[in-house]
Amino acid sequence: MSRGRVALALLFAALAVFPAFAGAYALSVATLVLYFAYTGQAWNVMMGFAGQLSLGHSLYVGVGAYAAGAIFFHYGIGPWAGLWVAILLCVALGVLIGFLAFRFGISGVYFALLTIAFAEFTRIGFDHLDWVGGPGGMFLRVAQRDTWDIANFRGPPLMYYYVILALASLALVLCHFLLKSRAGYYWQAIRENEEAAQALGINTFRWKVCAVALSSAMTAVAGVFFAFYYNNLFPEQIFNISRSIEIILGPIIGGLGTLFGPILGAAVLTLLSDGITELLAALGWEIPGVKQVFYGVVLLVVVMFLPHGIWPAVARKLKLDA
Amino acid sequence: MAPELVLNVVVAGVLTGLVYGLMALGLSVIFGVVRVVNFAHGEMMTVAMYAAAALFAAFSLDPFLAVLPVAAAFFLLGYALQAGIINPFITRPEHSQFMLLVAVAIILVNALLIVFGPDARNVQVGYQLESYELGKLLIDKARVFAAGLAVAAALLLFSFFRFTLTGKAIRACADNYLGARVVGLDVKHLYALTFGLGSACVAVAGCALVLLVDVTPGLGPYYTLLAFVIVIVGGLGSMGGALLGGVLIGVSEAVAGLLIAPSAKSMFSFGLLILVLLLRPQGLLGKRA
Amino acid sequence: MLEVKNVSKSFHGLRAVRDASFTVPEGGINGLIGPNGAGKTTIFNIVAGVYAPDSGEIYFNGKPIHGLRPDQVCAAGIGRTFQIVKPFAGLSVLDNVIVGALHRERGVASARAHAVSILEKLKLAPKRDLPASSLTLPDRKRLEVARALATRPRLLLLDEVMAGLRPTECDEMVEVFRSLNRSEGLAILLIEHVMRAVMALAGHIGVLHHGEVIARGTPAEVVRNPAVLDCYLGEEAQV
Repeated sequence: MSRGRVALALLFAALAVFPAFAGAYALSVATLVLYFAYTGQAWNVMMGFAGQLSLGHSLYVGVGAYAAGAIFFHYGIGPWAGLWVAILLCVALGVLIGFLAFRFGISGVYFALLTIAFAEFTRIGFDHLDWVGGPGGMFLRVAQRDTWDIANFRGPPLMYYYVILALASLALVLCHFLLKSRAGYYWQAIRENEEAAQALGINTFRWKVCAVALSSAMTAVAGVFFAFYYNNLFPEQIFNISRSIEIILGPIIGGLGTLFGPILGAAVLTLLSDGITELLAALGWEIPGVKQVFYGVVLLVVVMFLPHGIWPAVARKLKLDA
Repeated sequence: MAPELVLNVVVAGVLTGLVYGLMALGLSVIFGVVRVVNFAHGEMMTVAMYAAAALFAAFSLDPFLAVLPVAAAFFLLGYALQAGIINPFITRPEHSQFMLLVAVAIILVNALLIVFGPDARNVQVGYQLESYELGKLLIDKARVFAAGLAVAAALLLFSFFRFTLTGKAIRACADNYLGARVVGLDVKHLYALTFGLGSACVAVAGCALVLLVDVTPGLGPYYTLLAFVIVIVGGLGSMGGALLGGVLIGVSEAVAGLLIAPSAKSMFSFGLLILVLLLRPQGLLGKRA
Repeated sequence: MLEVKNVSKSFHGLRAVRDASFTVPEGGINGLIGPNGAGKTTIFNIVAGVYAPDSGEIYFNGKPIHGLRPDQVCAAGIGRTFQIVKPFAGLSVLDNVIVGALHRERGVASARAHAVSILEKLKLAPKRDLPASSLTLPDRKRLEVARALATRPRLLLLDEVMAGLRPTECDEMVEVFRSLNRSEGLAILLIEHVMRAVMALAGHIGVLHHGEVIARGTPAEVVRNPAVLDCYLGEEAQV
């Protein structure tokens, strides 16, 4: 077994037994880290693999969350059915955006702006949509928080932790196999040089749309998780561009296009930011905005001095791969 | 709907739009020359607005007078930002540059939050309550002054680029980076100069806008996106386009706010951005990339 | 095999290619020469599907390919290299070629095997795990050729592949193409300024000037053509 595999197995084992030693707060932080590791991985498929910069991923989280949430809210239909509606809607949206963008030859900065525009448009739209509660938000009824009810996705925080751990692990495995497959090769070729990729027989349009579709589908699942974990949804918050930025911070800080980048980045960011918040609270400096300034500074430092993210440097030190 | 009401709203939109146009002009200049996507543009504008508000609170300085020190300060800061932080990034991939400025934007917004708190700030001067009467039209004096300042600044900038040697040098850099270097232009200095000028534009626009709008830290991202909408709709690289785009957006927002709901007006702007990106990415007056 | 018929192309009113016609026979090696700006790469780009011709037609094995996308042209059996090499810089040399090999191979494993054999033909096998960005220019050119070859083309378009190579490297490349042409019947159309390569490889040459074909014939004929000497080769062209 390669060193990388061993390290991964150890990490998984550690995460699996972590709740036994963790208090409620630590568990919630870990859940958040894994959530960002998962969404980061989903975003990474589009950006790290296929090279398309999306700054509007909050769109898929939001639509996914509202889709499953609204179905539950209005019809009492559980999350497992709502999940498919969420995925379908988000894939349709992603394919629409991808199709429009790539058909019209939009890339780079303009593509990023397009994704932002769609997310913002939807945010304001949902603010005026009474069926989902408008700006006042939508609140999902929580039946119970004691026993594990996977069918209805209700239970103690521990259940949510293991679900997101499973999701993040599955995402990792999926991306691992994707990277080594035809899809992985083709996406990376497109990322590196689209013209050359075309000359080698790759229908870059189709493959780019596929990357967007997969990324949006994966993110939709995160949205459903979000809906049933937090149980309150506000357009202002869930579609906000800050959410989109949070999603990409992990992969960019951890390492774009790598497998471990998103996880490492999410961990570093969440743990450090929590640490800073604790420190500031201890010092009596509990001011809104400090945590975000910290985020900004970390991002600035990483982008300036570690352009490939933290993971490649760490991997070199530990002599791991991926 | 009374035609006078619509006309008043449209005129107000045009005037506000001119101020937006100046802000977008700063972005167009930066993006057009340095090719950096200034994701902190709106945040910079918000800082300028706070600066004007703070100067007013401290010294009762009218924003029109505050323009000079604020613009000068922003010029220097913009120059320093480009020279110090952004210049090394020119050769880096796009998403790196993007993230750099996103980081700056995050820091700016939240620094404002920390220093000034979340409550709205504004400026209260006498002429904000007065208006000009042109037949059935009632135009706010403050709006006219603000628009006038914006147009004056835009003309100044335009003359600089058209008639001065430095201005021409900057345009040369925009057209051909390598060629400019071969000819001996100090491109890094010119880039920094451009960023400084773009920042000064933003500063003037901020001082003008604070007369019309209350400022909160959260306005930053909103104005950034607005600036991009305007620049893309009006056309990248076209100064006239930035002003025209600004007016268009100003009017459409005003009218949309009147017809639909005030909170939905930005939806129109984003819809317009999507359409323009897809159908005519060079904008109304811009050149093909 | 390849028939270019009366192809014309203008860019913003500037005529880049003007009523150009030529053919490449099955298993043949043809050259396209001419001064810079004559329209050679534009013709390549039109054949390869990067541009659609304003007028005229292109047939490959009897089927029309004008107006097809670049990936469709590759699927038809035409491979190409770029004048300014475009390696997948972030991938290894082997992975670069695997991308090409995946075009005709079913899975990654067989693509890898095919890629390795191509790398061996082009003497790049020892460098297979190096990142493509670390290669020297001659090696990048070889990689570019290897990648295109991996798609199993019937016709290979080579755009100034010899530029920047030393004479010995140039001769090596010529030998690779000759042997591929002999053993697999690979047809080649090459744009070249390096006359050494053109004369050694091409059975037939077309000369372009200002977007028009001003001369055609065997290398010996073309070299003596006064119009060609006038615009391109010069009075003392001796090969």
